[in-house]
This record gives sequence, structure tokens and C-alpha cells, in this order.
Amino acid sequence: MIADILVNGMVRSGVYAMLALGFGLVFGVGRILNLAHTAFYMLAAYALFALAGGGLGLPLAAPLAVLAVAGIGLALYKLFVEPVRELEATVLLSTLALAVLLQEVCHVLFTADLLYVPPAFPGYTSIAGVRVGHQEAAALGLAVVSLVGVWFLLSRTRLGLAIRACAQDREVANLMGMNVNRVTAVVMALGFLLAALAGLAVAPLFPVEPKMWSHPLVIVLAAVVLGGLGSLKGSVIGAVILAFAEVLVVFLVPGGSYLRTAVALLIMVGVFLFRPEGLFGAGIPEER
Amino acid sequence: MFYFRYFLRYLRNEVFVLPSRAVVLAFALALGFLPLITQDPYVLRLVILTALFSLYAASWDLLSGYTGQVSLGHALFFGVGAYTAALLSAHLRLPPYATVPAGAVVATGAGLLVGIPCLRLRRHYLALATLAFPLMLLGLVFMFPGFSGGEGGIWRISRLAPSRVGEYYLIVGVAAALIAALWKVGSSRLGLIFHAIREDEVAVRASGIDAVRYKLLAFALSGLTAGAAGALYAHFTRIAGPSNLDLFMSFQPVIWTIFGGAGTIYGPVAGAFVLYPVLDLLQTAVPKYRMLLFALLILLILRFMPQGVAIWVRDAIERACPGCRVRNARFRRVCRACGASLQP
Repeated sequence: MIADILVNGMVRSGVYAMLALGFGLVFGVGRILNLAHTAFYMLAAYALFALAGGGLGLPLAAPLAVLAVAGIGLALYKLFVEPVRELEATVLLSTLALAVLLQEVCHVLFTADLLYVPPAFPGYTSIAGVRVGHQEAAALGLAVVSLVGVWFLLSRTRLGLAIRACAQDREVANLMGMNVNRVTAVVMALGFLLAALAGLAVAPLFPVEPKMWSHPLVIVLAAVVLGGLGSLKGSVIGAVILAFAEVLVVFLVPGGSYLRTAVALLIMVGVFLFRPEGLFGAGIPEER
Repeated sequence: MFYFRYFLRYLRNEVFVLPSRAVVLAFALALGFLPLITQDPYVLRLVILTALFSLYAASWDLLSGYTGQVSLGHALFFGVGAYTAALLSAHLRLPPYATVPAGAVVATGAGLLVGIPCLRLRRHYLALATLAFPLMLLGLVFMFPGFSGGEGGIWRISRLAPSRVGEYYLIVGVAAALIAALWKVGSSRLGLIFHAIREDEVAVRASGIDAVRYKLLAFALSGLTAGAAGALYAHFTRIAGPSNLDLFMSFQPVIWTIFGGAGTIYGPVAGAFVLYPVLDLLQTAVPKYRMLLFALLILLILRFMPQGVAIWVRDAIERACPGCRVRNARFRRVCRACGASLQP
């Protein structure tokens, strides 16, 4: 029981952390509340299903799926979101419509049935008497690698410097000669990439269906604000907290699967009562 | 006789000078006379549902478009109104003229209950905190199926009126009256304060206005009207179920309002009356691609009219006088208020 909770909690933490990190980056740099973020995670799972089912081997199908999702995401961003980026309300509705659009495209192409992607790494290993599936371990490994990769990109490269500068102050970054729009597009692509990797990680573990984006969306939104908007460390920690809360409720409370969203949101609201700016968010100055 | 002449003069000087006002008048008259032209139950049902959704969207707009407190969980008020009316009607067999106001009052209470903890939150934090409330209530609904009906919802809700035309006049009448009241609120001093809170809350407080009280008032008014819409919806569809509280129900008023144009009351009404019939038409024409085409339509239209359809149309047929900011019809040469030339 405890082992199950631990393993499941860690896998979910990894997936939610990848999603929350991408979402937080996009929000921090582009000020875009991207409600379509988890739709790309769903799209990646479907892409993997289609490509792996279409006869391509997994080593070829997985990178292709990630690149395809990032490309589609960037094209949709350039077409529908970038032109209206200044209007916050319109961005909200445009990204919501994008999410519904992707859901319906998958619905039309693959029907609403639950699809199962065959695991890439079957079998399990016993670690100190606990059975850990290889697929779960691979998902967790993918999460750790991508989180470390993003950390390296942000803190050790020139591009990362530009991204952090744009997040801090767009106008000044622009005056310093950075192409702010291009940096935003790069960050969007990075966000789609992370969402796609998360989709690849879960595709063999959970059933794939067109509505699979809405539950993670709520959790990711809650995780990002729980950690504090604009703090990447906060988003990752928020994701871990909510993932473990969800797994605990599902395993320990009878009928808990109905309550898993409610409990995650209750934690978020509870934190707001004491810290309105989230766990790691900067205190909000009165905006003028 | 005097009042008749006064009325005619008012009509000529205040309504027909602006094409947008004439359009609103024609629209209201068309709604009133519709059952005399057709009594087709399908058309009446469509217009009733559209009117309810436009009321729901207008209530969202008062809270989010006017005061800028974006709520992503408006289904809470709609669902609380619907469930209150349904429980009172199904268990206590109260008549609709008691259950609908009760639903609206309970939803007002819900608005205050949500509004008070949300006062400390700003912008996106507020949006996501409000997102949480209907989903938490939804979890409770599923936990106690004996009381709430669980997955299947509550049945056996009494009808509002024996005939479809009666229901039409009752629902459309109430919705139109509440929307007109919201419009009146929006263009009064209160609406001005709401706009000011969205633009700059610190300046509002510096002007000696109690911003907290007005923000709570916006929550209460919005809860009241959304709750009334929910209660009427439960009585009309005669079922109150979990779909009244789910994520899509919360996003619906956002869709209608932003599509129509936020920060105005006619925007959400126009959005609902344009989009909902389109959605219904797609349902009958191409059920398989319904949501696909719907999402594509929203994306394309927002791409070219980012402020919303109603505002785009308004700016196409009217323009503001550069001197005194009074709106004039596009074809006028001089401003109707100050006489300044409108030629560029």
C-alpha cells in the first residue's frame, strides 16, 4: 500500500511537474494563461499511439511525436494567439477554443474510445521488496531529465538569460536588443515540448482519450498558483504536493476518485487563506 | 396624449439617433412578438435557452468584465441556483414563484461566501481560486448521491407554465427584465465605480470609495442573476444534474461574453444570441463535427475581431466625437451634442 502510494505519487509528481513547469514558463515570459497547455499533452499521447501503431519503432516514433506536437503548437500559436496577445480576455478564450479544437480533432480521428499504448519497457524490478514497473521508472526518469535540462537551459545558457530577462521585464529586455517576440515563441515551443514529453511518459500508463486534458489542466493551474505565479521552483513543488495529495486521497478514502480534484483545489484555496500570493510567489505590490 | 408625444420625442431623440440603440429596440420587439409569428416548439425552446444563457453571460460580465474580478467558476452560482430550486421543487413541492427567488437568494449568499475570501486575491489568483469552488461542490454532489441525486441529478421538477408559449413569455420576460436591470446598473454611478475598480483599484480607494464593499456588491449582484438563470434553467429543462456545475458550464459565460465583447452588457447578449443558435444548427447539420467547427469559428472570428463581435459592429456603425466623446452615427457630418465637425 505505502509502496503503491509512493510509486504512483512519484510518477504523477513527475508528470504534473513537467506540465506545470511548461505552463509556468509560458505564463512568466508571455503573460499567456494557456488553457490549451494540457491539450498538447493529450495530442502527444495520440501522436505516439498513431506513430507506434503505424509500424514505426518506438525509438523513432517518440521523437517524431514530440517534434510534431511542438511544431503544431508553434504554428497554432503564431496563427491564433500571437496576433491577439495584448488582450488578456481574448487570449483566454482563444486558448480554450484551441483546446476544444484539439480534443475534437482527436475525437474525430480516433473516436472517443479508450486507447491503450503498449508499454515500451514491460516487466518490473523489485527494489527493497517493492515492485517498480520499468515503465513507471522510465516515466520518472524522463521527468527528471527534462526538469534538469530546463534548469540547465535557463541558468547556464545565453538563451536562458534572455528568457529570464523577458520574464522579469519585457520592455527593458526589448530595449536591450532582445527580440522579445522571438523569445516568447521559443518559450512557447519549450512549453509544448515539455507537455509533449509528459504525454509520452503517461501514454503507456493511463488510457488515452480525448477528454484526458481537462483533469491535468485543473491540477496544473492549481499547482502553478499554489507555488506562486512566476516562480518555477514553486510550480514544481506545487505539482509534487498536489500529486501526492491526489494519490493519497484515491488510495485511502473510499470513493476518493470522485474527490481527487476537489481535494487538490481545497489545498490550493487553503494556502490562499494564509498566503494570497502562493507559497513562493513574490508579495504582490499594488499594481499601477 | 402628452405622454404619447413625449414618448415619440424620446424615441426620436434618444433611440433613433444611434443605430445601435435602434438595433436593441428592434431586437427586444422581435423577442416579444416571436410567438405570434411562430409557435414551433423547437424555435421557442432555442430562444428560451439562448435568453437564459445570455442572462448567465451578462451576470459573468458584471463581475468580470466590469470590476475585472475574472471568475472561472461561475457555474457555482448557476449550479447552486439550479440545485436549490430543484431540491425545493422536488422534495417540498414548492411552486416555481417560490423556488426561483429562493434559488437566486441562495446563489447571492454563495456569491458573498466566495467573495469574502477572494478579496485578498488579485487577478489570476482570483480566477483560479474561483475555478475551485464549483468543482469542490461537484465532488460533494457525487459523495452524497442520496441527497443530491448524484450522477443522475434531480428529476420531478414542476413546470413553470402549462404551455410552451407561457414558459416563453415567463422566462424571456424575466431574463429581459434582469438584463435590462444589469444594463441600468452598468451605466449608472455604480457601473462607473465598477469600471474604475478594474482600471485602478488604488485610485478608487484614494478617492474615498470603499472598494471592498463594491467588489462584494458585484459578487452578490452577479450571484443573484446567475442563480436566477440557473433556477429557471432547472425548471425549464426539468432536471438539475452535475453538468450544471462542471468545468464546461463555468467556461460557457466566458465564451459568450468574450465572443460578444466584454465590459458591456449587450456584448454577452449578442454573443449568446449569435453563438448558441449556431451551435444548435451545427448539432442538427453535422453532429460529428459540431464542437470542431464551433471552436474553429471562435478562433477565426476572434483572430479578426479581437475585441468581440458586438464591439466590432458598434465601432463600424458609430464613432465617437473627437471633441466631446459622445457617440454618433457613422453617417453624421456634425456631432449631435456639441456641433463639432466629424469630418476627418
